[in-house]
Amino acid sequence: MENFLLKNIENPDSADIEEYLKIGGYKNIAKAFELEPKAIIEEVKKAGLRGRGGAGFPTAMKWSFAAADPKFPKYLLCNADEGEPGTFKDRPILEKNPHLLIEGMVISGYALGAEYGYIYLRGEYPHAKDVLNKAISQAYEKNYLGDNILGKSIKFHLAVHQGAGAYICGEETALIESLEGKRGQPRTRPPFPVNVGAWAMPTVVNNVETLCNIPYIISIGSEAYSQIGSKDCPGPKLYCVSGCVEKPGVYELPMGTSLKDIIFNHAGGIKGGKKLKAVIPGGISTPVLPESMIDCPMDFSSMPKHGSMLGSGAVIVMDESVCMVKVTYRALKFFEHESCGKCTPCREGTEWLRKSLGRIERGEGREGDIELLQEISENIMGKTFCPLGDGAAGVVLGMLKHFKGEFEEKIKAKGSRV
Amino acid sequence: MLSETVLKEIEEIKAKYPSARSALLPALYVAQREFGWQSEKAMQAVAQALNLPEAEVRGTATFYSMYKHKPMGRHLIQLCTNVSCMILGAERLVDFLKNRYGLTQNGTTADGRFSLVIMECIGGCDMAPAMLLNTDFYGDLTEEKIGEILGGYK
Ligand SMILES: Cc1cc2nc3c(=O)[nH]c(=O)nc-3n(C[C@H](O)[C@H](O)[C@H](O)COP(=O)(O)O)c2cc1C
Repeated sequence: MENFLLKNIENPDSADIEEYLKIGGYKNIAKAFELEPKAIIEEVKKAGLRGRGGAGFPTAMKWSFAAADPKFPKYLLCNADEGEPGTFKDRPILEKNPHLLIEGMVISGYALGAEYGYIYLRGEYPHAKDVLNKAISQAYEKNYLGDNILGKSIKFHLAVHQGAGAYICGEETALIESLEGKRGQPRTRPPFPVNVGAWAMPTVVNNVETLCNIPYIISIGSEAYSQIGSKDCPGPKLYCVSGCVEKPGVYELPMGTSLKDIIFNHAGGIKGGKKLKAVIPGGISTPVLPESMIDCPMDFSSMPKHGSMLGSGAVIVMDESVCMVKVTYRALKFFEHESCGKCTPCREGTEWLRKSLGRIERGEGREGDIELLQEISENIMGKTFCPLGDGAAGVVLGMLKHFKGEFEEKIKAKGSRV
Repeated sequence: MLSETVLKEIEEIKAKYPSARSALLPALYVAQREFGWQSEKAMQAVAQALNLPEAEVRGTATFYSMYKHKPMGRHLIQLCTNVSCMILGAERLVDFLKNRYGLTQNGTTADGRFSLVIMECIGGCDMAPAMLLNTDFYGDLTEEKIGEILGGYK
């Protein structure tokens, strides 16, 4: 499969509008403007596009809710928070292919009736901020953004909003709070952002990669697009592989490529010829899989059947030398730090989990600690305001399911396993 | 106080949004650039510029980890220790920075040259272990390499 999302990124000037135009960039805007907005939503629906931000929500459905709301103005927000540990799949687009994102946003805005867009960019990507701002001003100059795009009286304005280091702001309602200048704490739903979102107006939040698939659908048509990858969630997918592999990096592959294939064929296998032990397949919030379970298609519907989730497509590979207790402890340190404090099960639960895990990790584990971890996790799962808490609990439960022995061993031995 | 130029810059930021409050995060970045950190004065100046209660400004400024609540060194080392970096040796780098420069989490060297912030994932996992030094990414770090890189920042 030829790359679309990562097309031309080996070109050192790929972020420049002239280079993008040379490879046929921005042509899909004109093509999309030939269609009625409704027809574009229909195309995206037929294409079967599902959101790449982690939840796999059908994009056309989200759009149609916002489009049907009579309130104006509507807003299109691009989620470029990319905070899920292990995830760096949007970074090559943001740093090297910004015009693809802009093109996707202009078409999406037209389809759902939004004339204003913001890219919510994580504070940890300062280089991407400069690239995006430059690309946006180039797009204004060439009339791909503004009040009268391509002379068609179609309006779309775009700006970058920089986050400031808070994982929770990747959650779409917290993202909206943060865009409004507040602490990033999730909102109660309903009402959903598609009806009451940014500044109380209909708002669509889509991931970077999702929006970059729109020009592709327009370009090759929904029929051809729907033939790529998995049947019920087609299209190209960016998988980012890190940890103990020979060739870490971002790989654009058909959705549903097997985890084994991603690790061994694309990412070059395990570093230094060591033995694979476990994989976190979709970012730190997704349950771990032991080596014996990696023969599974990486898509939204298959992964839950294999006991995990596609998440952000962030594959973290761990070889035989990696201690699972340590990984779990580090993950929980993260969740405790990032818990926004709004709801009790997450705020307190992540702290208790971190403390109990820390004790085991330091060799001070007590009998009953495993049951305690289990119980705290179960008391978080499904009881929190947003999925951050579920993620934390799922990590611990997944680790206990597959690597309980390692925890027991460490409690008994009262020391590190290394 | 913020200079006329800086106030104008904040006015321009405000114009990008339908509500002035939305300019708070970017205005805090501007204040941090001007004052070096979120001092009482900095937060007051932002509150004034955006016509917001100081408590709201402080509440927001303390929520986000990239706003600093004490003065920082000339160069900011943001070192990732999350799982992908940890399993490839980030902890050794933490030890190295401590032993060689006396740097600990949120600390600054005695000469004011470096501050260290231990980060959650910075999205540099393909080049783990990774760090941001001011606004530049550095990856595939080893003790030796990090020492060399820091040598280039005076
Ligand atoms: C704690 C948390 C963090 C999230 N972080 C991100 C993120 O960094 N990027 C992202 O696109 N979606 C993230 N999401 C998912 C968003 O809430 C939302 O579902 C997504 O942006 C929708 O876009 P999509 O439909 O295009 O997938 C996060 C969700 C949660 C609960």
